[in-house]
Amino acid sequence: MTITHTSAEVAAAVADAHRREWAFVLAATVRLTRDFDLGEECAQEAFAQALTSWPGDGVPARPGAWLTTVARRRALDALRHESVVRRTLPLLVADDVEPAVDEAADRDGEIADDRLRLICTCCHPALSRETQIALTLRLVCGLTTAEVARAFLVSESTMAARITRAKKKIASARIPYRVPSAYELPARIGAVLDVVHLLFTTGHTAPAGADLIRRDLVERAIDLARMLRVLLPEDADVAGVLALILLTDSRRATRVDPEGRMLLLDEQDRAQWDVREIAEGVSLVREALGRRPGGRYALQAAIAAVHAQSPSWAQTDWREIVALYDALLEVWPSPVVALNRAVAVGFADGPAAGLAAVDALAEEPQLAGYGYAAAARADFLRRLERHDDARVAYEEALLLTENAAERAFLERRLQQLPGLTR
Amino acid sequence: MAQYLVLIYGDEKAHAAGGPKLWEQLHEGHVAFGTKYEHAVAGGNALQDTSTATSIRKDTDGSFVVTDGPFAETKEALGGYYLIEAADLDEAIAIAKDVPMPSGGVEVRPIMVLDMSR
Repeated sequence: MTITHTSAEVAAAVADAHRREWAFVLAATVRLTRDFDLGEECAQEAFAQALTSWPGDGVPARPGAWLTTVARRRALDALRHESVVRRTLPLLVADDVEPAVDEAADRDGEIADDRLRLICTCCHPALSRETQIALTLRLVCGLTTAEVARAFLVSESTMAARITRAKKKIASARIPYRVPSAYELPARIGAVLDVVHLLFTTGHTAPAGADLIRRDLVERAIDLARMLRVLLPEDADVAGVLALILLTDSRRATRVDPEGRMLLLDEQDRAQWDVREIAEGVSLVREALGRRPGGRYALQAAIAAVHAQSPSWAQTDWREIVALYDALLEVWPSPVVALNRAVAVGFADGPAAGLAAVDALAEEPQLAGYGYAAAARADFLRRLERHDDARVAYEEALLLTENAAERAFLERRLQQLPGLTR
Repeated sequence: MAQYLVLIYGDEKAHAAGGPKLWEQLHEGHVAFGTKYEHAVAGGNALQDTSTATSIRKDTDGSFVVTDGPFAETKEALGGYYLIEAADLDEAIAIAKDVPMPSGGVEVRPIMVLDMSR
């Protein structure tokens, strides 16, 4: 290759490769080093070398293979010269320790894809959920500790300590660097999908602060779901999660108005919904439910698909949505799902039926501190023109949410109620 | 291979209330566990209940304070342990799930390996 590039072009190519290939490069390097810290160091050095080599040599046809080869060579050098003292943690347990040098394989670019190993280790059930998310962002997405800390709204030193502790547990307790057996795989992939979806939700509805959407987290979640889809193309739950994320994200441009106020589905301009994401999401839902009817994420995605495909709010097929919620409750008997079903009942059969369905859930302790339950009651009471009761319910909902955009929405509804009738 | 200590925690009151029937059931359970994992079990014992425990702490002035009872009062008390050998945590967890635990559960802790060459 003789094409030379400007440094700006190379910087862009390296940044792109970092986002697309980081997990691939690190996963293959860690299999060699059997140590996350050394693996990360070598992978970072490979990206740094790309910045100096690519301007003269050209951007390689397969940047991932180039970077992995460089990172693994660095790792081999380090392992040859490394003193035992350097290593603070025991080696990771890997089930197939490969020959010390497989440079022939590297030369052909035939590098095994170890990303599934990497993400399953990060999301191992012996790690807490917040640790799983932090490790996934750091090791699979390649975020810096500072970036991961920002995503969690904690200080960098707190996050650094959490990541160090997690790496220590993986090494010391011998959490294996391995793709789980066929028997364990569904449950383990389930945990990975929960992490990906939680990451998306955290980005899509930032729980506090002025921004309702954290675009960076949303994009990472989409990248991860797409990566899993490549690794596990036959998995119905993976298809379901990607579908759910795409269909929910397709409405991102209309969730808030230009003043930052949250808009509900009936207020959103459907012409601005992302038709490409909707088309992809709908086809994934069909595939997922065809492969495994009753998948939890696929059913949620199917509900989102009904909204996405409805030309207007008034034409929404609420009976279909209630039926899908019934199916969802079968596989996921959660009070929050029951609440969403109650809201759908309110649109299918009128506000009185909806209010009855919400009130039937009043005993659920999980919903007691949940702002959406009060907000749903308030909305039914408003539509039934029981303004005084609606006012009380809106005020209760306001006490239970800290999200600025959601608060503004509730306050707006509260002000729109006619004056006190007593 | 690595070693793990599987600490068995349970509700002592429930155990006492269970009577000889529960006792026999537990005994059979542990015999079955020991047979199934003969290759992996490196040791293990049941402990007398926490009413027999004595705790010793060192005071700031260097003297010892000896008290009646377990180190920490918890609803579920340490009632026994196994020392097991397993290739990794996944295998250790799979073995630990088979430990009889009528109430409470087990905690799996890797044994620290001291490297004398360092």
